[in-house]
Amino acid sequence: MRWRRGIAIAGLASAAAIGLAACDNMANQPKLNPYELPYGSQAQWPVTPPPHVVARDQPLHPPAAPPVTMALLERGRQRFDIYCAPCHGRFGDGNGMIVQRGFPHPPSYYSDALRNAPSQHFYDVITHGYGVMYSYADRVEPADRWAIVAYVRALQASASATLADVPPEQRSALQ
Amino acid sequence: MAIFGPRANLFMNAALLGVTGAVIVLLLAVWVVPVIGYNTQERFAPQQPIPFSHKHHVSGLGIDCRYCHTEVEKSADAGMPSTAICMTCHSQIWTNAAMLAPDRQSLATNTPIRWTRVYTLPDYVFFDHSIHIAKGVGCTECHGPIGDMALTWKARTLYMSWCLSCHRDPAPHLRPRDEVFNPHWQRTSATPSGAALMAEYNIHTDNLSDCGICHR
Ligand code: HEC
Ligand code: HEC
Ligand code: HEC
Ligand code: HEC
Ligand code: HEC
Ligand code: HEC
Repeated sequence: MRWRRGIAIAGLASAAAIGLAACDNMANQPKLNPYELPYGSQAQWPVTPPPHVVARDQPLHPPAAPPVTMALLERGRQRFDIYCAPCHGRFGDGNGMIVQRGFPHPPSYYSDALRNAPSQHFYDVITHGYGVMYSYADRVEPADRWAIVAYVRALQASASATLADVPPEQRSALQ
Repeated sequence: MAIFGPRANLFMNAALLGVTGAVIVLLLAVWVVPVIGYNTQERFAPQQPIPFSHKHHVSGLGIDCRYCHTEVEKSADAGMPSTAICMTCHSQIWTNAAMLAPDRQSLATNTPIRWTRVYTLPDYVFFDHSIHIAKGVGCTECHGPIGDMALTWKARTLYMSWCLSCHRDPAPHLRPRDEVFNPHWQRTSATPSGAALMAEYNIHTDNLSDCGICHR
């Protein structure tokens, strides 16, 4: 009868082992989550891709400027307020909150140089940065860059607008 | 010989007390231990490599969540800010602060900063930020008053019962889309009602509590 007892003990032990293993309840599965190092890996995270590797959905050529619509301007205003307004200010005068705390003062968008600059220049500044301003390419997608440029152009135009540019039925509100 | 000795009453009382005590301890272990703060880690702020303050950056400086958590509208994960994102500002201001030394070292050695997770779900739960953002569930509904946190602490248990309590009746938790990122938003009399927002976002709760929604 010795062997029967042996089997019983072995059975109990394996049941206990399975039970203990299940304590984790599959909370940590052998799959990769964002920000998780592969199990047992010595690699640095994030693994830097080899040179000349591009994202699968990256367009081959940078997109051309889309036609300006109200929706594009709305999108541009939203993105501008998130990514540019901390320094350039909500109206583009360069007096944003971070500048008030000591960041170098960016040029006002209403300066002659930037008024006369081509739209492509603004697009390139967002993509590559300019002087002490970092690139925003990692956070602002190409389509959104054009939306921001359209909004900046609208801001610039609004500064030189006169009463004659306002639709007649709304002029009384300003007078 | 008497069956019950003179001390039988004492034994009986002690046994009854013992059994009652054991039952109470068991019930506490089953129902109370899982919800005490020590276990849920609610209100617990883990040690971070840099004492980053949302109160300072969000409420003080008015920076939008998306400036740092860039993916939150588009993907399941909110995304943690890269060193370069901190450096868009800290390359010029507070450049010598000792608090920011790990940041500068991270940039110099090209190794990411390792933040300690505050919120984390088990791997068998499927969660997606983008759908909640798109349907008008604000960050503070799930992450608490983050705009007032000097150090980030966990504001919710992340228990299944908590997810379900909202999935069964999301109406009181919804807000207009442009207020989703506002850490100080309050419902006012001018806010559209929960029912109106449910209709606007086209939310149907019929199968929002099905197991397959969160366990795929
Ligand atoms: C962290 C602060 C900061 C943020 C955020 C920022 N900028 Fe700048 N920007 C600057 C500074 C500072 C300069 C001046 C750089 C210099 O001259 O070295 C500048 C310069 C510029 C210029 C002028 C380049 C020229 O020809 O003189 C443009 C255009 C510009 N930024 C656009 C943007 C746009 C668009 C965004 C949002 C996507 C943005 N910036 C976000 C700080 C910032
Ligand atoms: C200036 C950059 C910045 C901004 C703006 C910002 N955060 Fe953060 N956030 C961080 C950093 C860095 C951490 C990691 C350190 C920590 O947990 O405090 C973090 C952590 C968090 C966490 C905890 C993540 C985890 O599980 O470990 C949450 C939740 C969060 N942020 C939400 C928000 C919300 C909501 C907003 C907007 C109201 C916001 N953040 C704005 C930089 C930022
Ligand atoms: C948009 C600009 C901006 C970004 C991005 C930014 N900071 Fe700051 N940070 C500031 C400013 C401005 C101050 C100084 C606040 C003041 O003077 O009141 C500051 C102060 C600090 C301080 C010390 C002051 C304190 O008590 O909080 C720390 C630590 C800090 N930041 C960490 C970080 C980290 C980590 C990141 C990246 C996740 C980051 N910051 C991103 C603008 C920024
Ligand atoms: C419906 C509830 C809910 C809402 C709304 C929500 N979060 Fe989260 N958040 C979570 C949960 C749950 C986790 C843990 C995710 C995990 O472990 O996979 C999390 C994790 C995070 C993290 C850690 C990094 C990551 O991606 O896992 C950050 C940062 C974060 N949230 C920021 C935000 C911001 C910013 C907003 C508002 C735009 C927001 N959250 C809105 C529930 C929510
Ligand atoms: C404050 C309210 C709230 C909380 C808390 C909440 N959710 Fe949601 N959740 C929603 C709403 C609203 C929707 C959108 C439903 C729709 O699309 O009609 C949603 C949708 C989802 C979806 C997508 C559903 C689909 O149709 O594919 C998933 C997955 C999900 N939630 C998971 C979770 C998990 C996991 C938790 C807990 C960690 C959680 N949610 C907590 C409100 C909430
Ligand atoms: C709204 C999202 C959601 C739905 C719907 C949902 N769950 Fe869960 N479930 C969760 C979360 C979040 C957890 C993790 C809780 C934790 O970390 O303690 C969980 C955990 C669990 C666990 C593991 C509990 C433990 O302590 O190990 C089981 C079993 C489970 N769920 C079964 C179900 C079943 C069965 C259904 C359908 C009736 C269901 N769930 C529907 C979100 C959900």
